[in-house]
Amino acid sequence: MRHNFKVTMLAGLLIGIGACAATPEPQETPPPIIVESQAEPEIVRPPVQPAPVIQQPVGPTPGSIADFRENVGERVFFDLNQWRLDLVDQSILQRQAAWLQSYPQTRILVAGNCDERGTREYNLALGERRANIVKEYLVDIGIDPSRIETVSYGKERPIDGRSNEAGWQMNRNGFTQIIYGAPRG
Amino acid sequence: MLKKLFITAILMVSLYTGAGTAQIEVDITEGTYKPFPIAIPDLNAQPGAEAYALEISEIIRNNLVSTGLFALVDPAAFIQKDLDIRFQPRFADWQMINADALVVGEVGITPDGRLSVALKLWDINGKTEFKFRIKESETGEWIDDAPGAAFVLAIDKIRRLAHKSADTIYSRLTGASGVFDSRIVYIAETGPKIARVKRLAIMDSDGANQQFLTSGRNQMLTPRFSTSDQEITYMSFEDRRPRVYIFDLQTGRQEALGDFQGMTFAPRFSPDGDSITFSQAENGNTDLYVMNLRTREIRRLTEHPAIDTSPSMSADGTQIAFTSDRGGSPQIYIMNTDGSPLTCPSGGSDIACRITFGEGIYSTPVWSPRGDLIAFTKQLRRRFHIGVIGTDGRGERLLSEAYLDEGPAWSPNGRVITFFRENRPGSGPRLYSVDLTGRNLREIETTTDASDPAWSPLLE
Repeated sequence: MRHNFKVTMLAGLLIGIGACAATPEPQETPPPIIVESQAEPEIVRPPVQPAPVIQQPVGPTPGSIADFRENVGERVFFDLNQWRLDLVDQSILQRQAAWLQSYPQTRILVAGNCDERGTREYNLALGERRANIVKEYLVDIGIDPSRIETVSYGKERPIDGRSNEAGWQMNRNGFTQIIYGAPRG
Repeated sequence: MLKKLFITAILMVSLYTGAGTAQIEVDITEGTYKPFPIAIPDLNAQPGAEAYALEISEIIRNNLVSTGLFALVDPAAFIQKDLDIRFQPRFADWQMINADALVVGEVGITPDGRLSVALKLWDINGKTEFKFRIKESETGEWIDDAPGAAFVLAIDKIRRLAHKSADTIYSRLTGASGVFDSRIVYIAETGPKIARVKRLAIMDSDGANQQFLTSGRNQMLTPRFSTSDQEITYMSFEDRRPRVYIFDLQTGRQEALGDFQGMTFAPRFSPDGDSITFSQAENGNTDLYVMNLRTREIRRLTEHPAIDTSPSMSADGTQIAFTSDRGGSPQIYIMNTDGSPLTCPSGGSDIACRITFGEGIYSTPVWSPRGDLIAFTKQLRRRFHIGVIGTDGRGERLLSEAYLDEGPAWSPNGRVITFFRENRPGSGPRLYSVDLTGRNLREIETTTDASDPAWSPLLE
């Protein structure tokens, strides 16, 4: 098995992150609760369409793409030639999952990206592996797989034009993009 | 329109009718090497064909010089100025200026308005003519001892006429089949690095006639020619679904290669043109597949949790080289096309044999058209190389080195390898070619940045 996730730890993290998120979650939305079981983790879904009661004075509208980008984080970053998710990546994905639970009408595209230090075709395969590991993680913590598309861009869509360690690091990422169900800002 | 090229043995009255071929041949294998001195005066022109004659002469010279195998004798040194294709040259005049071979030709316009070229190739030291092996257009038969060669094509195909002429000379002097009358398909790249436009483009093998085949709305990668020279397979990101397509050059139509669950990429035609090998990635795992283009039957070639990609079938179709990271890092493996176990060069028997054991990472294997070598991309200590290795994993040779050298492709005669290079960190990719011996590394100049070159077969 390539990955084994500690469901109990995740539940704790999810609650913790929900509490310290920059955008206060509406009161009606309880933090997702993960019940540990012998088999698949089970998710208790939050109520659908949590209408915000407090108008945000500044910042993006909760539930918007900008909200997801600024307050959740849309990318996880990988080590060279790797596709494992470290604790930082996992916490970002947990925030993504919590957000996706809050806005269940949304759908995402997870793109796997690679740096330029590899050949095109191998990187397409490696990027697919990265995109899929992100998807699997999100599914494992309760996101319906039908809401998640994946794609690999290999090394074809760098976000950092620099040809150095810093640039390559930025370009080795899993990019979660809201493609349906959320306004832009 | 008349598209077919007519190759006819020209019936010429030659003063010299001696048989046999001369001994001189250009050495294009390894070992000591000296460019072969050849004199190529401007071809003679029949009335009305003067400009064409000059253009064809120039293209022939450029083609031959571009191989690095020939050295042109300086025209200023020419003594004999009254060459005529119907007569033997004054050998002493050419021997004196150290020409080992002399091209004499004539360009004319046929009664139906097409362009004709007639050629003779003289062996100066042997005081005889090089006979050609050519195909008779009427009967399709090969003639071994043709005293000359002639080609007729529509006037707008003037470059192809010149390439055909250059191929004839090149083949006769090197023993290899031709290379100039072919095309290269590639990816033209424009725009900043973080928003690159990548579209299909095509050009003659000498870089002339560059044209875009697609608009650039969708990123496209890794085009490869079929054996027919009319079809290209490639991968496109259209509709967020990276998939393999086939592009018909005559109609401009593109068609997805089947309907697959996962993303498909790394396509390549089999050498017989009947099938396409490719990768499909599904649920985080990439394996190899082959699709028969006639029956549309799809067969899975590998089933392994590691990445298997970049399949390339051997010239005889019995084996497939591919990249796999099943051993921990990307390396080149060989398997039987029918999936049966094979005896590995490194010992034992397996479904797939690793053939690269050098330091570094190996990928993009491409089987040579002659069958004896596999070209690859190698990554070693932050540098990239193009290299070749025997199919048994022996005799690895690196032919190039740069910040990025990637994606080797063979010329149809298996003598030259093209690839793309980023010279320095941050510089855009450009196309290069290098002789199989590692000599004559040169850029194929393109109007935009370019990558993923792939050669067509020799044109019909």
